[in-house]
Amino acid sequence: MTPFTYIRATTINEAVKAHGQQPDVYFIGGGTNLLDLMKMGTERPAQIIDINRLPLKKIEEHKGGLRIGALVSNTECANDPMIRTRYPVLSEAILAGATQQLRNKATMGGNLLQRTRCYYFYDPTFRECNKRSPGSGCAAIQGYNRIHAILGASEQCIATHPSDMCVALTALNAVVQVTGPNGERSIAMREFHRLPGDTPQLDTSLKPGELITAIDLPDMPYAKRSKYIKVRDRNSYAFALVSIATVLDADEAGTIRNVHLALGGVAHKPWRATKAEAMLAGKRPDEGTLLAAAEAELAGAKGYKYNSFKIELAKRCIVRGVMSTLENSQG
Amino acid sequence: MENVIGEPIDRIDGRLKVTGRATYAYEHKLPNAATGVLLMSTIAKGRIASIDTKAAEKVPGVLLVLTHQNATKLNNPLNNAAPGQERSPARAITALQDNLVRYANQPIALVVAETLENAQYAASLVKVHYAPETHHVDLESRLADAYTPKKAGGGGDPATSNRGDVTAAMSEAETRLEQTYWTPFEVHNPMEPHATIAMWDQPDHLTLYDATQGVFSDRQRVASLFGLKPENVRVISPYLGGGFGSKGPVWSHVALAVMAAKQLNRPVKLAVERPQMFGMLGLRSQTRQTMRLGAKKDGTLTAVANDTYSHTSTFDEFVESTTICARMLYQSSSNSTTQKLVKSDIGTPSFMRAPGEASGTVAIEIAMDELAYALKMDPVELRLKNYADVDPEENKPWSSKSLRECYRMGAEKFGWSRRKPESRSMRDGKTLIGWGMATAVYPTRRSASNASARLNADGTFSVDAGTQDLGTGTYTIMTQIAAQTFGVGPEKVKFRLGDTELPQTPVSGGSQTAASTGSAVYLAGQALREKLIQMAVTQSGSPLENVNEQNVILEAGRLSVKGKPGKAITFQDLLTRSGKPYLEAQGKAEPGDEKKEYSMYAFGAQFAEVHVDADLGQVKVARMLGCFAAGKILNAKTARSQLMGGMIWGVGMALYEDAVMDERLGRWVNNNLAEYHVPVNLDIGDFDAIWVDENDAHINPLGAKGIGEIGITGGAAAVANAIYHATGVRVRELPITPDKLLVKV
Repeated sequence: MTPFTYIRATTINEAVKAHGQQPDVYFIGGGTNLLDLMKMGTERPAQIIDINRLPLKKIEEHKGGLRIGALVSNTECANDPMIRTRYPVLSEAILAGATQQLRNKATMGGNLLQRTRCYYFYDPTFRECNKRSPGSGCAAIQGYNRIHAILGASEQCIATHPSDMCVALTALNAVVQVTGPNGERSIAMREFHRLPGDTPQLDTSLKPGELITAIDLPDMPYAKRSKYIKVRDRNSYAFALVSIATVLDADEAGTIRNVHLALGGVAHKPWRATKAEAMLAGKRPDEGTLLAAAEAELAGAKGYKYNSFKIELAKRCIVRGVMSTLENSQG
Repeated sequence: MENVIGEPIDRIDGRLKVTGRATYAYEHKLPNAATGVLLMSTIAKGRIASIDTKAAEKVPGVLLVLTHQNATKLNNPLNNAAPGQERSPARAITALQDNLVRYANQPIALVVAETLENAQYAASLVKVHYAPETHHVDLESRLADAYTPKKAGGGGDPATSNRGDVTAAMSEAETRLEQTYWTPFEVHNPMEPHATIAMWDQPDHLTLYDATQGVFSDRQRVASLFGLKPENVRVISPYLGGGFGSKGPVWSHVALAVMAAKQLNRPVKLAVERPQMFGMLGLRSQTRQTMRLGAKKDGTLTAVANDTYSHTSTFDEFVESTTICARMLYQSSSNSTTQKLVKSDIGTPSFMRAPGEASGTVAIEIAMDELAYALKMDPVELRLKNYADVDPEENKPWSSKSLRECYRMGAEKFGWSRRKPESRSMRDGKTLIGWGMATAVYPTRRSASNASARLNADGTFSVDAGTQDLGTGTYTIMTQIAAQTFGVGPEKVKFRLGDTELPQTPVSGGSQTAASTGSAVYLAGQALREKLIQMAVTQSGSPLENVNEQNVILEAGRLSVKGKPGKAITFQDLLTRSGKPYLEAQGKAEPGDEKKEYSMYAFGAQFAEVHVDADLGQVKVARMLGCFAAGKILNAKTARSQLMGGMIWGVGMALYEDAVMDERLGRWVNNNLAEYHVPVNLDIGDFDAIWVDENDAHINPLGAKGIGEIGITGGAAAVANAIYHATGVRVRELPITPDKLLVKV
């Protein structure tokens, strides 16, 4: 690990000021991902600012929805009765990720900034990685790309975003609250993470020196009918091959008024399946309707040597996600 | 005599371990110890053109940067055989002896500093320029380059075998099967990483605190590398967090720690980091096994053949001896096997839990399952039909074999008779349910071993043997053996191990510790027991004076006369009256002629139930039952744990474990425990291990066959066969990940 200095902030303004938009200064919350990356030499901050004493540890009612402080732990959020009853998909997604020990330590804000598990990114002794060192190339495109993207990738990068929590937040139309040198602003979850394009080094739309303070969940009564399904290589402590967060608004007869679908494990960001959503709105879906919607969503998907299976798997996840959420809501 | 052997007593070292007080190799606190960190190669083949350590050396606290330019020269690190002789069992190590890179993740420098943090940072500043050369790591494209080794594995079996005419039998067979099965590279990944502390007590005397499965073989190899007398090297290894074969040989890191300690004249501690454990510490080679089976309509096997290709390194030889079990598991009128090696630019593969049999049973036991479907025959019936009553390869009787009972007991407890024979026939909604089974087999081995036993003045017993406890329960079973011999409770016996100052013992590998050192402890106990009786009947004034030795028994902490409990003397009184401070006896157990007369194996039957998501391909092993026959079971609790540990590893082999090589780069890509998957709690459903009691008087004085490895054998095949039964998808390339099941489910 490269030596670094450590300071502790006690207020949001103090933290933002201490950061001063310097490129090598990082905020640290739970540190469950940053410390790993520092040990690997993938991240080499000159200074870290410990924000764990900031007053951002509450889950509160907010405009009919909930405001989740950035320092609320993943475990606290997943176990919160309001989250569990009003937004079960978020609780399920968090509990589908990592391990109990990691979730106890990991924060909600930090989880938004989890970095990809692409092998070639994670280990800096691999020479090629445009995300880690822009312009060095992408080792994954021709390499072992089983866990990589099938949607929205670029010639520069085919990495996937690894968080389960973020997939649920995307389906829930969450909003990220940040404070930066120029004050506060809100970022819609769907705009928070980005596609790689020609700048894969940027995972998010955060600007230098901005600090995440909260995640807002909107007033969405139908979100109590929501579900997270994750397909992975083992039953716990494995990243998603493909996952799906489903939020469903359907009438008693099973006709869909509105459905939100977000796929995990398929792109550089949680992938909102808007094409499928549009095709399903107003329908009372059977497997055929669902499959057609899934086919439409994945029509632009591109597989690589080891990950083409994800295209079929993503389709089946869409079908299963809607069907099982529908069954749940009727039951 | 109190019956202690076999009882499910708690692990003697359990409390120490769960309270963090068991001292593992890296945790020994030595004054003035410096900390080393390895730097590994990032190419698979080539030369180090230059290596710049200046920046690293300037880091505060850095004491030494060892590279090939300043490393101490070792004696025969590559373990070349002397002319006309065979290689010793030691592994070739590179240990900075030249500028060659022979595989990726080979140590190319050792940075030693006052603290771990300084050493790690300094290691990141070492600049290496390579002159790379073309590397080769794939198997399939280089089969034509394969060669046949002289031997097929650690047991010294031949690399090829032939009985009858397989080709003719195949062409005449009424039902035939020919399929190729792949098992992937797997890495041992013991919980405790490899670690060593090297301390030179004197210029020619070394103490090593080493995470090793063999304190004596460790001593021998280190002494040889550094030109020391073996008796001047002391190796201490009281506790191990697993090893699974990877801590058998001495690898480069041990030699480098010793070297650095010498150059710095202070103790040096060195732990191998998890990502560094992929490559330099041995691994289970990928295998490509082509099975041919021929059978009559009634299921009688007429041909069994296994042709295996596996990897070795360019600088050492290791054979993943998958073919051995294909030679002896079933009766067949013809049988042939070939075992070929391809030299790859990888660290040398090595022994990993049930080397040979773990991978070998994948091929033959999936093939047998396929044959059972082709014959429309129950898989257990097919195996019973071809039951080998004598070893068909060696044409010798088994020392004991209770496999028939294992099939019967296992099938009954599992409920096998309720299985519907067709695949995809046991569906429950979106869940496909499948039941599969396979045979387990592992050879029974032993080596010469010593032990000593002593009666202390306070009436307690001290029993010593240099051996190791990998976490398997050695402390506990040795204590039980001694306690039973002396007729005392286990709390009256103190067993010490893991030290070359104690009586010499073999490596803990090949499931031989119980059979070898357990027998030595048994014999040492018997010898001491005789001395005690002798003393009691000859001691003047002893209540047992002149009693016939045959009538003396040891019970409840005293010697007494059979049938006359009043006539007795405590151990303590006996010793006090003799005026001696203690009484001691030695035991030595070594293999006799049993191997010439008998074929010796443990066997078992594994049954698995899987639940497969019909759309998404995700598998859960809902139930697994292993029924084994492994001679005398010395502790029902540690035995069950060890057998289940093997079975769970079988699940890992079937579903998860896969060290992935980026063949373009010749490098491992998933070298961490987040991406290299082993089973977790949620993967393991209702599991149990049971056994058939066996009395085998031929194998060793204890009658124990060893259970360290049998549990993994057949496990992966049972799961794979259950998946076929559930889904109708036959996957012949492990691990069976969800993507491989999407094709049809």
